[in-house]
Amino acid sequence: MSQLQYYLALVAGGLCAAGLALSFATPLETALVLKAFLALGFLSLLRFTLPLGLWADGAVAALGAVAVLAGLAALDPAPPFFWMALIATWLFAWLFVERLAAAIRAGRATGFGMLIPLVFGVSILLFWEVVTRGTHVPQVILPPPSQVWTRLIASLPTLWADFQQTFLKAVLAGYIMGCAAGFAVAILVDRSPFLKAGLLPTGNFVSALPIIGIAPIMVMWFGFDWQSKAAVVVAMTFFPMLVNTVSGLNAASSIERDLMRTYAANYWQTLFKLRLPAAAPFIFNALKINSTLALIGAIVAEFFGTPIVGMGFRISTEVGRLNIDLVWAEIAMAAVAGSAFYGVIALVERSVTFWHPSVRGRA
Amino acid sequence: MTTDLSAANMDKGPPPQAVVSAQNLSLTFGTNDGPVHALSDVNLTIAKGEFVSFIGPSGCGKTTFLRTIADLEQPSSGTLSINGMTPRQARETRAYGYVFQAPALYPWRTIEKNVALPLEIMGYPKAEQAQRIARTMELVNLAGFEQKFPWQLSGGMQQRASIARALAFDADLLLMDEPFGALDEIVRDHLNSELLKLWAATNKTICFVTHSIPEAVYLSTKIVVMSPRPGRVTDVIESTLPKERPLDIRETPEFLAIAARVRDGLRAGHSYEDVV
Ligand SMILES: Nc1ncnc2c1ncn2[C@@H]1O[C@H](COP(=O)(O)OP(=O)(O)OP(=O)(O)O)[C@@H](O)[C@H]1O
Ligand SMILES: [Mg+2]
Repeated sequence: MSQLQYYLALVAGGLCAAGLALSFATPLETALVLKAFLALGFLSLLRFTLPLGLWADGAVAALGAVAVLAGLAALDPAPPFFWMALIATWLFAWLFVERLAAAIRAGRATGFGMLIPLVFGVSILLFWEVVTRGTHVPQVILPPPSQVWTRLIASLPTLWADFQQTFLKAVLAGYIMGCAAGFAVAILVDRSPFLKAGLLPTGNFVSALPIIGIAPIMVMWFGFDWQSKAAVVVAMTFFPMLVNTVSGLNAASSIERDLMRTYAANYWQTLFKLRLPAAAPFIFNALKINSTLALIGAIVAEFFGTPIVGMGFRISTEVGRLNIDLVWAEIAMAAVAGSAFYGVIALVERSVTFWHPSVRGRA
Repeated sequence: MTTDLSAANMDKGPPPQAVVSAQNLSLTFGTNDGPVHALSDVNLTIAKGEFVSFIGPSGCGKTTFLRTIADLEQPSSGTLSINGMTPRQARETRAYGYVFQAPALYPWRTIEKNVALPLEIMGYPKAEQAQRIARTMELVNLAGFEQKFPWQLSGGMQQRASIARALAFDADLLLMDEPFGALDEIVRDHLNSELLKLWAATNKTICFVTHSIPEAVYLSTKIVVMSPRPGRVTDVIESTLPKERPLDIRETPEFLAIAARVRDGLRAGHSYEDVV
């Protein structure tokens, strides 16, 4: 047991003992599960004489989560031992993750790697839920996740319409056009040293600008519907793709190019058999950056005028109507969509650039 | 072929068919700390079917000379012709195969696909590609590693794969820049005799850079000794060894005499440096 694990176990058990003692002030039958958890947590101090498996810590943490959620309804206002139970739950989860990570490193628990971020995420949600409800945070400031979830389920048709409008139309269309245009222009520019010398500094300059500022102008040019949002996305994704592809096309080493020269390979053979494969890591880098930029661009562009549908539109109007739970539901959906988008590109990248030293080592 | 060689060995009259012919060839690189005279006034004729080794201290211009033949560098003055053509025309007719000092395999291609690269570019039909790949992989002892990627192979294996790639399209002129530098003695001996066999069987012309005196003497019909700053040819030694060369020829007095002359040539190059 490492020093960190030692102290985590000690403090978690100690907190449970103190909480258990304090809880005797309430009638026995109130918050029975919570008391059971505190008792178990107290008993876990026995680990210093009897070894305790890491899954036991996981189970105690899970019981703690259930007990705290159940106790939330029964105990109002929340007494000190309730908060002690919350912190103890959190410490047990931490201890569990520490021990699991150590076990995975030692090769004793392979295949459980996904559990670590999961426990981490659930712990944060639990903390958020319990603190917002336990201390009665006004829902305009921060609604509890359970309320966001109920709202999300209840407004699925609205969310789906917004998703279609913003993601399936504006983001995807703009992303594909912007990336394709950036790529094509990069190939053209690459053949002309003059254009390369002129366009690259411009590209770098424009990449650094907050292009989102052109959103109102795009609305004037292309109208209120998704086309103007797609135009903003095109403008945002074009230059990162251009700049990355141009540097990618120069990534092949001089000896690799000399080899092509000795075969008297023509321009297109060199492009397809050497320069594009060598540029792939750069191109995927741009695709990943752009996946994030595209979503941000489309959502923010909708703040500047839009038909009455779309993720950005919903966020800006529902904030005004103090429906903060719906705003959070939109944010949650945007987060899931954005991560999935990024994840798909990252997966394709791995299979295409498997040869690159940064990917090679990983399974 | 034997007559070719004896004609070259006699060192009289113009060679029957010059594959490489350099007259007063000079090449100067302009660098930030002034010009570097990589080649100065090189005169050399290489006849068809010769095996020429270039030997000399590091930085004396061996790679530069090979690259100039390959049209990868442009001479500053003098003339250079390959098979009677300019280096550029020769390159465009795919007159030579080049083995670089580093393997330069493409990491996204398997070994087999790397060997196939020149064949794809030169438009060989698929069936012939497969057959040529199998033959050259066998020749460099890499059969069984076709589906590996370059980074999964040792440095010596990578170098052998790059030799297979240069052999795959059967150019009449082979330019090899320290191809066996990364190999152990035994594999080196093996590949040396394989290379001699290949050379004897195909009448290829081979330009071979090496740092090893025994290797140069064992392989060559002609040894070109070079010295640095400025890079120039200090001695051209015609080998008197017979064409048939078992490995133990390296113990004969004749072999040792040639090796001694190469060594003297190299020493002279070094002492020149001290005078300057
Ligand atoms: N592209 C270049 N630009 C400037 N100088 C160069 C360039 N290439 C080679 N040189 C210089 O030319 C000289 C000859 O280099 P070269 O590579 O031909 O040497 P080498 O005989 O092959 O040496 P080694 O045995 O180490 O491979 C060296 O002084 C080197 O610094
Ligand atoms: Mg060299």
